[in-house]
Amino acid sequence: MSTQAIGSTTGTAIPDFYVREEEHHADGGSTMLGFWLYLMSDCFIFAVLFATYAVLGNSYAGGPGPRELFELPLIALNTAMLLLSSITYGFAMLTMAQGRQAATQGWLAITGLFGLGFLGIELYEFTHLIAAGAGPWTSGFLSAFFTLVGTHGLHVTFGIIWLVTLMIQVAQKGLIPANRRRLMCLSMFWHFLDVVWIGVFTFVYLMGVL
Amino acid sequence: MSLPLPVADSPILGRLSLAALPLHEPILVVTFIGVAIGGIAVLGLITWYRWWGILWRDWITSVDHKKIGIMYMVLGIIMLLRGFSDALMMRAQQAVAFGSNQGYLPPEHYDQIFTAHGVIMIFFVAMPLVTGLMNYIVPLQIGARDVAFPFLNNFSFWMTTSGAVLTMISLFVGVYARTGWLAYPPLSGLEFSPDVGVDYYIWGLQIAGVGTLLSGINLIATIVKLRAPGMTMMKMPVFTWTALCTNVLIVAVFPVLTATLVLLSLDRYLDFHFFTNNLGGNPMMYVNLIWIWGHPEVYILILPLFGVYSEVVPTFTGKRLFGYSSMVYATVVITILSYLVWLHHFFTMGSGASVNSFFGITTMIISIPTGAKIFNWLFTMYRGRIRFELPMMWTIAFMLTFVIGGMTGVMLAVPPADFVLHNSLFLIAHFHNVIIGGVLFGLFAAINYWWPKATGFRLETKWGKRSFWLWVSGFWCAFAPLYVLGLMGVTRRLRHFDDMSLQVYFVIAAFGALLIAGGILCFLIQIGVSVLHRDELRDTTGDPWGGRALEWSTSSPPPEYNFAFTPVIHDHDAWWDMKTRGSERPTEGFRAIHMPSNTGAGFILAGISLVLGFAMVWHIWWLAALSFAGLIVTAIAHTFNYRRDHHIPVDEVVRTEAARTAQLAAQG
Repeated sequence: MSTQAIGSTTGTAIPDFYVREEEHHADGGSTMLGFWLYLMSDCFIFAVLFATYAVLGNSYAGGPGPRELFELPLIALNTAMLLLSSITYGFAMLTMAQGRQAATQGWLAITGLFGLGFLGIELYEFTHLIAAGAGPWTSGFLSAFFTLVGTHGLHVTFGIIWLVTLMIQVAQKGLIPANRRRLMCLSMFWHFLDVVWIGVFTFVYLMGVL
Repeated sequence: MSLPLPVADSPILGRLSLAALPLHEPILVVTFIGVAIGGIAVLGLITWYRWWGILWRDWITSVDHKKIGIMYMVLGIIMLLRGFSDALMMRAQQAVAFGSNQGYLPPEHYDQIFTAHGVIMIFFVAMPLVTGLMNYIVPLQIGARDVAFPFLNNFSFWMTTSGAVLTMISLFVGVYARTGWLAYPPLSGLEFSPDVGVDYYIWGLQIAGVGTLLSGINLIATIVKLRAPGMTMMKMPVFTWTALCTNVLIVAVFPVLTATLVLLSLDRYLDFHFFTNNLGGNPMMYVNLIWIWGHPEVYILILPLFGVYSEVVPTFTGKRLFGYSSMVYATVVITILSYLVWLHHFFTMGSGASVNSFFGITTMIISIPTGAKIFNWLFTMYRGRIRFELPMMWTIAFMLTFVIGGMTGVMLAVPPADFVLHNSLFLIAHFHNVIIGGVLFGLFAAINYWWPKATGFRLETKWGKRSFWLWVSGFWCAFAPLYVLGLMGVTRRLRHFDDMSLQVYFVIAAFGALLIAGGILCFLIQIGVSVLHRDELRDTTGDPWGGRALEWSTSSPPPEYNFAFTPVIHDHDAWWDMKTRGSERPTEGFRAIHMPSNTGAGFILAGISLVLGFAMVWHIWWLAALSFAGLIVTAIAHTFNYRRDHHIPVDEVVRTEAARTAQLAAQG
């Protein structure tokens, strides 16, 4: 193979300065890292909301506090919904690894239904609170509460939209590498929301009532 | 109880009406006419030369990191003109508004100007210029063909642009915020800022912030994943190191800004009580949160320029960088410390002696790694064969200027001193000293240094030197008086003064601003003259300065794929190593090259975001809902496109590389 000299040759042993045989980079090799970075940035959004709740969580402004408002049984049910959805998503990933498309779709659908159940209960709780005169405009505490929990709920909403989109794409194209990668990203997103919810459940609900 | 949504003026146009047009402000009317004529002329030229197709195919939809980098730079320079016009107007107002003279700017206009000046200079001048630089240079320095997520890169750029456009629209439709560049509540709350100004501020920054965050993620993934074989972390060029640290900071703090502005929006749009004075709100919460973003932000701006100086000094000294690893560690230490100093922006909050001491000390500690960097550059120059080309001149001006700015920063870090100097013109002089003397001088060094790489011809030096001297002398003339005034107790953001004895300082400062105006003009002329004389200034080597890092190993401008063969790295001065050890450039055996395909999705998504932002500012709820739905649908539709890449055919690579071989052979 011919080459063109660049500088004066001084040394004796010239190492190879170019990759002659191009190795093929796997498509989307950086996607997982990129998605992790995105999740960490999202983590900072929740960090701000948790910090705000920590600062404003006692600013009742004469309005109701957590003891009067939170119903732990309802929240326990809600938490169960979300935790179960994480398990079912895990089953979806296992069946995906085995290449069983129908089973994957089935588990994804169940995950989505649990997600919808979670959202339904959350919306019920929110309307209930607002009807009881404890809307987010009542006090700093309720502003911080609705924003923290609502932001988590918005994430779940987008997760469900994303889930439906991916189910359509899997139905169209099958479990091709691009779709597996996408399901993997949503999986990380879904488990991330679970972790955040455990924080919400502990710091907002449990510590608010106990 | 129902949702207390603000009552819209009209279901169709929200708060928007003809009264929003500033027809009663002659300055704005004249500006608008100027902008309109200029805009029509540009659009006319594009149509006349039939450039629309080229513009769309080769630029707007491009996912090439080099083109996106250039577009960022163009955005930054255009916005510099706007931000600097604001500066000139403030200097002119403060130079004349003494005693019975009220100056020419009414308070509500003056307050918008100082707000817009700060916001534009930070978010839409410094950030795009720095991001553009990293976008262009980093993949070349690490031997990559593009960034990790090329589509995201295009989308990020257009989101930044949309934010800038929304901010510019406020000039002619409605008003901008009158709160200062960080929009502290309760002033920025609904009670004291009921009009659209703060909403323009919020939505402009939110849209641009999405772009900044995504480009941060993108560049980290690029640096971590796409380095050429052999380039270990401690063999990365220092500019790439600083870019990595900057992007880590971006990913760590821009979400904080986003969240904080969301909270402010909830206060303004839905009557929440995060930062209000009543019902349990806490305005100081906002001040803390915004500075948790804001202080790292200034390091986001300066770190890449530290990287630029670390590239320029060894090149023009003809020596290896002194203390490579100490430079890397200093950068990392600054990155970490920048997160631990935010409270020094409001020692006067009254958080007590212990808290203030902690933040005062962490702030002072930052000067240690920064000082180490200065010494490293000086030791690199020591006994070197220094060539005083423009990039080197800017670097030396930086060292002389920035050290003073750093020292006044340490003064401000002493809490008792800060109680006296807080919000005075001393502070204004300090941060302009580090931002102009550090970031801007560095950007001029970088533009002069890498221009030949991006265009294939050098910038000419005569106008460059004029620009340099006008900038440097103008800077000192404009800001030295502000240090003096600040020590005398003059506070920032004042529109009128009673004490006539102060006037002379403001007149000197205004003269300094005029010198800087000359510097900007000479810079633009420098570019124009260089384009006209590009044949004489042509660089056919790809390495006009005797560079050391990998970007100089490829042609100027580089081919679309950057490197026909991925380089193998043995040293952190990779190209210098290749030159001195007699590396030979392969001239055959080329292969087809796998590259990402262009897409218009980023431009369309950013355009819809702009509409969404405008609708939210003006409470046009139906349009906001529609554009939000459009945003989701378009984004989802984009994910159904699985064909995102193509191969550059091998004969095209062969043709490009043969031309390069001939070009190199022609110079012997």
